[in-house]
Amino acid sequence: MADKAINAAFDTGTAPVVDLHGVSRQFGDRPALQDITASIARGEIIGLIGRSGAGKSTLIRVLNGLDRPQAGRVVIAGQDITDLDEAALQPIRRRIGMIFQHFNLLSQRTVAENVALPLKIAGQPPALRRKRVLELLDLVGLADKADQYPAQLSGGQKQRVGIARALAPDPLLLLSDEATSALDPETTHSILDLLARVNRDLGLTILMITHEMEVVRRIAGRVLVLDAGRIVEEGPVARVLASPQSDTTKSLVSGLSPSLPADLVALLAPTGDQAILRIDLTGRAARLPVLQRISRLTGQEARLLHGGVGDVQGEPYARLFIALGTADATIIAQVTADLSPIATAIEVLGYVPDHV
Amino acid sequence: MSLIMFNLLLKGLWETIVMTGVSGALSFVLGLPLALILVTTDKGGIYEHLAVNRILGGIVNALRSVPFIILLVAVIPLTRLIVGTAIGISAAIVPLTIAATPYFARIAEVSLREVDRGLIDAARAMGASRWTIVREVLIPESLPGVISGFTVTLVTLVGASAMAGAVGAGGLGDLAIRYGYQRFETGVMIAVVVVLIVLVWGMQGAGDWLARRLNHR
Repeated sequence: MADKAINAAFDTGTAPVVDLHGVSRQFGDRPALQDITASIARGEIIGLIGRSGAGKSTLIRVLNGLDRPQAGRVVIAGQDITDLDEAALQPIRRRIGMIFQHFNLLSQRTVAENVALPLKIAGQPPALRRKRVLELLDLVGLADKADQYPAQLSGGQKQRVGIARALAPDPLLLLSDEATSALDPETTHSILDLLARVNRDLGLTILMITHEMEVVRRIAGRVLVLDAGRIVEEGPVARVLASPQSDTTKSLVSGLSPSLPADLVALLAPTGDQAILRIDLTGRAARLPVLQRISRLTGQEARLLHGGVGDVQGEPYARLFIALGTADATIIAQVTADLSPIATAIEVLGYVPDHV
Repeated sequence: MSLIMFNLLLKGLWETIVMTGVSGALSFVLGLPLALILVTTDKGGIYEHLAVNRILGGIVNALRSVPFIILLVAVIPLTRLIVGTAIGISAAIVPLTIAATPYFARIAEVSLREVDRGLIDAARAMGASRWTIVREVLIPESLPGVISGFTVTLVTLVGASAMAGAVGAGGLGDLAIRYGYQRFETGVMIAVVVVLIVLVWGMQGAGDWLARRLNHR
């Protein structure tokens, strides 16, 4: 009976999928989570990023009740699960799918049996299970592998089985715990595409836990940055990537955006003949003819030394390193003032001699 | 070798097979649950209960440290209580089972501990009850190793059953001691050893084949 009430709340409720209020968890005297307050809306893909040891795994275990916070409330689809006992948590866990870095498939069971496991746990009759399993294997493109064993599959195929298994009980929320961290870049790409498709077609809410900003950039709409058990930054991925505020975010983002080549960094000095500027642009601004605009404004040549244009969720962003043909403070101020309204960030990095 | 000797050999083989088979089957049925309790009640186990774990572990260790020939005699009152007699095959099966159960439990325990913790976590995250985890994850995942361990147990039982002659249970070992050793009939001794080698070889081969067939890793 309890199962039915939970399923009804999950399927038709309007409450956020996850609501965390001031959640804290300590192991001994080491805080793993400190005063986490966050919410996940229905149908969104949200990234949770942080270095190892930041508390990501603890947070995921708190969400499905495998771990209990010492303070705060955990509310799943309107139901407070903080104080539920093991038996009451089980029907809730059945509607929260999870995929793992190392897949965690049963080695002695076939692909079909692995996908059927959550249905078996939920007490579905074998005939219904069989039908659902075939649908799911079709969805992840492994219909021909139903009777093989995990050892016969590649890493990417194993993760597809993991995804099919997680989707089997028609989950309200999918927790992805470093699901692509053990895969090569190409396979990662195809797994992320599959998750994006599942999100789009089934309206499934996905929480992506990762230490790779690239994963967040590819798939998530919103991101939470976790450091030492605290949320240090939160917001739309495009915004956070373009202008990270916290040091943690900056270092996580640094690999993604171009940075000034080492030979130029070595030449940077507090004075010189030419000013080196870093300009970050997002959205439409990223596609404007910025170099031409600077030349026209200052009458000086503006050289592109380094940089790149990429996209986040279809939103372009650019980072440009530009050498201005002068070190004149007034002209530099003029450029900064002119670009400020369109740029996300603009910074004078230093000065270099003429011959650079 | 005379026909009489041949018949004695056949009878001994049959008695050894019965003793090994019955006590082996009983030690499987009793030892596997014991192994499951030892693994699941240990620290971090799904039924963590350290007091139960320590007590059971202690009993298992105590039973395993008693030499079989001592155990055979020491449990005679218990044997009489269970099977109604202290001599013969059924009287030997009781001490053989008592010795083999903790032995097999420790071997099975090793295989059960090798089951990846991630699998147990995954099953818990799927909302599986603890009993479901035992049934759907722990037992099937450890099965090939458990079968290998059971084969080792059976072979050990063949050896232990040689001492069962002390309670008049017969068997190949008894034949070798009484005819081969005490009466200096070397021919009988060699015949018994050859039969034992073939028996053990066959059991080990069958066990290995089954474990390989069941393993999909």
